[in-house]
Order: sequence, then structure tokens, then C-alpha cells
Amino acid sequence: MSASGSVEKPAPKADVKAIGQNAGPKDLTNEDALIRRVQNGERDLFYELVQPYERRLYAAAFSILRNPHDAEDAAQEAILKALKNIRQFRFEARFSTWLIQITINEARMRRRKEHAEIMEPIGEYREDEGTYTPRDFADWREIPSESLERTEVRELLLEALASLGAKYREIFILRDVNHLSIEEVSGMLGISRASVKTRLLRARLMLRDLLAPKMSSGWFSSPSLPKGEKPW
Amino acid sequence: MVGNCEQVWREISNYLESDLDPVLRAGMDEHLKQCPHCRAILEGTRNVIQIYGDERLFQVPLGFSWRLRHKLAAAKPAWRSVGFGWLVAAAAMALIVAGFFLANSYSSRPTVLSHMAAPIRPLPPDLVVVVAENGKLFHLAKCSYIHAEGRPVRIMTAREALHEGYMPCVRCLGEYVVKVAMDFVYRAAHSSRSA
Repeated sequence: MSASGSVEKPAPKADVKAIGQNAGPKDLTNEDALIRRVQNGERDLFYELVQPYERRLYAAAFSILRNPHDAEDAAQEAILKALKNIRQFRFEARFSTWLIQITINEARMRRRKEHAEIMEPIGEYREDEGTYTPRDFADWREIPSESLERTEVRELLLEALASLGAKYREIFILRDVNHLSIEEVSGMLGISRASVKTRLLRARLMLRDLLAPKMSSGWFSSPSLPKGEKPW
Repeated sequence: MVGNCEQVWREISNYLESDLDPVLRAGMDEHLKQCPHCRAILEGTRNVIQIYGDERLFQVPLGFSWRLRHKLAAAKPAWRSVGFGWLVAAAAMALIVAGFFLANSYSSRPTVLSHMAAPIRPLPPDLVVVVAENGKLFHLAKCSYIHAEGRPVRIMTAREALHEGYMPCVRCLGEYVVKVAMDFVYRAAHSSRSA
């Protein structure tokens, strides 16, 4: 316990930047060689190339479409388009960034077709100006890693994410889920670096506001009752 | 020194990403020691980043990989899907054109087993010829190969005979055409010599 009464948390095991670095392919040189082989006609190797990025592409599509089925369709269609246009990849960006860009475009196109933007949260078009004021100061304690194994916790996190406006959700997923750099997100979405940082900060604070009260109340980590015992 | 909480909230992302001026960072550290609210915001934001960055949160739906591999296997190569159709169309057109020319070449130069079966050309269309009833050929009147044998004969022009389906007799009319041709050559040679 600290002097102020709050529980001292152990230092994080890894810095935020380090978390992002772990998400890439194991060996980029091998990846380049694989890309060249696919470009030269060995199309059967393409799945091996995209398999490490399946989750990230799905997440990128989900950030826009907010529906598992639509996200899967969009991500897979994007992968097929990447295969079709693999010879246009010039190694000017990371392969993962190129794939995510195609996925974002595909998901946005589908959203436009379905006019889903009408259903976006009300705060979507709010100005970014001004400091975001947190609504709640609940102390969110350390999250046990096992909590993510629980379906209700995952659903709570996804619901909270889906409740954000699209412009916050997309940036948050690109940066904090897909671990792209601020510059990559800026280039991908066609907005300034400053706007990316502002929206990212708001997204993080909004999510904290949504989650901290539930997490701090122990909602997700209620102790399991002994077999046969009921609280009523 | 960071004076108020708003300044801390503005810089929380930069603080967590170690993207801060050292002086500002030191000021924030000083503020955080004294402010439980800002400390709660900081730790909560750090938790958000860590929990959403966990690979277990965004799991692809069950069967995603299988369905993807199936689609990739079913996807035809680009050269087949785009260029192959044009290639087939071009090949078909080439076959049609070749067939047309081949057919034309056969009709204009039929292969004959004997010179007797070769058509006689040129034949003057107004040449008077004779055909025997139930015969298949038309002849010159003096032809010794008219097998009329008492049957009536008809007189008509070569054009009419061809129109009615009779074929020229290769003997009499063949000799006639050769004679006409020889006369023409002889006259041409004679006229050039006299000139």
C-alpha cells in the first residue's frame, strides 16, 4: 500500500513499445524471400505468408464493421485481393502494413455499401479539441491474465471497444491491437500525426472510463463459490 | 513541475510510450506521487493498452483458417482468370479464320484424280451445245461421244446447260478449249511478228 492508500502495482513487465514489437513475423528476411517466391508464381506459399497476420487482419476489419461475420468476410476478401495483387507489393512498407491497408479499405467499402455509418455512436463526429476529462477515478487493479480466458470478460472488452466512435476505434485497433507505429497509422488513415495521437489518447481514456468501474469492483474476478453453496 | 491534473491527462499516452521531454516526465512523476486520481488514470490506461494488446482478446472465429485456405485454393491464378478468357477467344477466332481459308482453298482448287475429271475453263457462255435426254453431259454438236442412241437431243447454250446441272464433256469441249487457246496464242504470236 502506498501512502495515499492505493495499491502499488508492480512495474509492467514490458514497455508499450516492446509489446508492439513482439507481434511481427519472426524473421523478416525469410518473409521477404517468401514474398518473392509467391510473386514468381509459387502461389501455394501465400497462406504461409499471411497466416501470422490472420488475427490482426480480422481485428482491423472488426474495428470498422463491429460484426464477427462481416469482419471475417472482409478480412478473407482482403487476403484474396492481396494474393491477386501480390506483384504490386514493392517492399516500400512492411508486408503486414500493406495487408492491413487492404483490409481497412475493404472493410470501409463494405461499411459504405451497407450505410453502417448511420449506426455509429453519437460522439463520432465530436471535435477533438480540448482536454478529455475522465469521468471516473476508480482504481483499476492489476488484471489477472486468466481473466481473458473468460468469455464474459472478452465480451465486455469488445462491447466497450464497439461503443467508441469509428474514428477512435480504428486508430486504437491499429495502434494498440495491431501495434502499428503512429506514422504508419497516420499514413494509412490519411490524417496528421498530431490527430492520431489526440484520438488515440481519447480512445484510451474513454475505454478506461468504461472499464475501470467494472474492473475495480471485482466484477470479473469474483471468487468462485464452493460447490453446492449459493449466495442466496 | 506539472501544475495540474489536466496537463497529466494530456500527456498520459506520451508518458506510457516514453515519448516525453525528460523535464516534463520528471514533473509528471512528481505530480503522480502526490495525486491518487492521476495515478488511477495512468494505471487504468496502462491496463487498457496491455489487455487490448493481448493476442487472446481478438481470436479469429472457429474455422477461419480452414475457410481461408479453401478460398485461396479455389482462387484461380490471375493469368487464368483474366488473360485466359482472352486467350481462348483469340484461339477460337484463329481456328474459325483458318477453317474459312482452308474451305476456300479446297473449293477453288479441288483435288482430282485424273485430268479427265477436271472442269473445263474457260467456256464461252453462249457456246451452242447439245444434251441428250437422260444424259449427264453436254457436248459440241459434232462430238462422237454423244450417247443419244435414238433419244431426242436438246440444243442450248453452255450457260443454260450448266444452269440445268449438266457437266461439259471433257473430250469434245476439252479439245475445243485447247484449240481456242492455241488459236489465241498463234494469233498473238503472228500479230507481234508482223508488227
